[in-house]
Amino acid sequence: MPPDIQALAGPDIEAMAEQVFTALADPTRRAILAALASGGPATATDLAGRLPITRQAVAKHLALLAGAGLVRPEPGERRRVRYRLRSAPMRVAQQFLAALARDWDGPLGALKNHLDRGTRGPYPTPPDQTRGHHG
Amino acid sequence: MGFPDRIERTVELAHPPVKVWAALTTAEGLGAWFGNEATIDLRPGGTARMRWTGGPTVDMRVERVEEPTVFGFTWQIYGLPEDDPRRTYVEFTLEAAGAGTRLRVVESGFAQLPGDAYRKAYDGNTQGWAKELAELAGYLDAA
Repeated sequence: MPPDIQALAGPDIEAMAEQVFTALADPTRRAILAALASGGPATATDLAGRLPITRQAVAKHLALLAGAGLVRPEPGERRRVRYRLRSAPMRVAQQFLAALARDWDGPLGALKNHLDRGTRGPYPTPPDQTRGHHG
Repeated sequence: MGFPDRIERTVELAHPPVKVWAALTTAEGLGAWFGNEATIDLRPGGTARMRWTGGPTVDMRVERVEEPTVFGFTWQIYGLPEDDPRRTYVEFTLEAAGAGTRLRVVESGFAQLPGDAYRKAYDGNTQGWAKELAELAGYLDAA
């Protein structure tokens, strides 16, 4: 890989992926992120009302998530801080998963069979396992 | 670093490069083993499309055509939203091996454009990004 392309990939993407996966390794933080993803921006008090943990514990996890860039604090009503989910770091983690899930062995096996027999049908899906509802 | 940027596979096929080339670069070939249906405009910058019955449709941009040894294209990174400009580069290299072909596939670009650079590309112009990719294809070419 040429140096300037390497620089684009750089250590930042690695660090960002690590922060995302560290955040997701904790069930309480997964619950907080899930609540923000499904319900939109919320205050620590809102989240404590929806989750089986204290407001103090929520605040501690939100501080960690904000430090990792996964949530962004913003001014809410009555001078309360609201937290909004940031999707960009998640997409970096998705890139990592996309690389791990890429399956070229299936299609290459289908190519081999196609050439050998000329009859074998196409590989049933694109060479990956992660494609969701897109497309 | 742990973030995988490229994926590589090599397979030995009991058929000459010209036959393998046809399977990789014609609508008939791609539609027989890869997708259920395919179209391809086989020239650098040309568009190829593969469709899976009851599944996705994938658009590819042809980048390298050197019959019958190198075929390269870019396509979207799976798992990312439809409007995401990032794409990976896939290159097939065919090499005669006895009466058959040694086929190598390299897919690269999984670790590209994080952080600010990512947001710039995302908010900015996708055309500029297409140019970047052409350059990337050039770099990989030389590598």
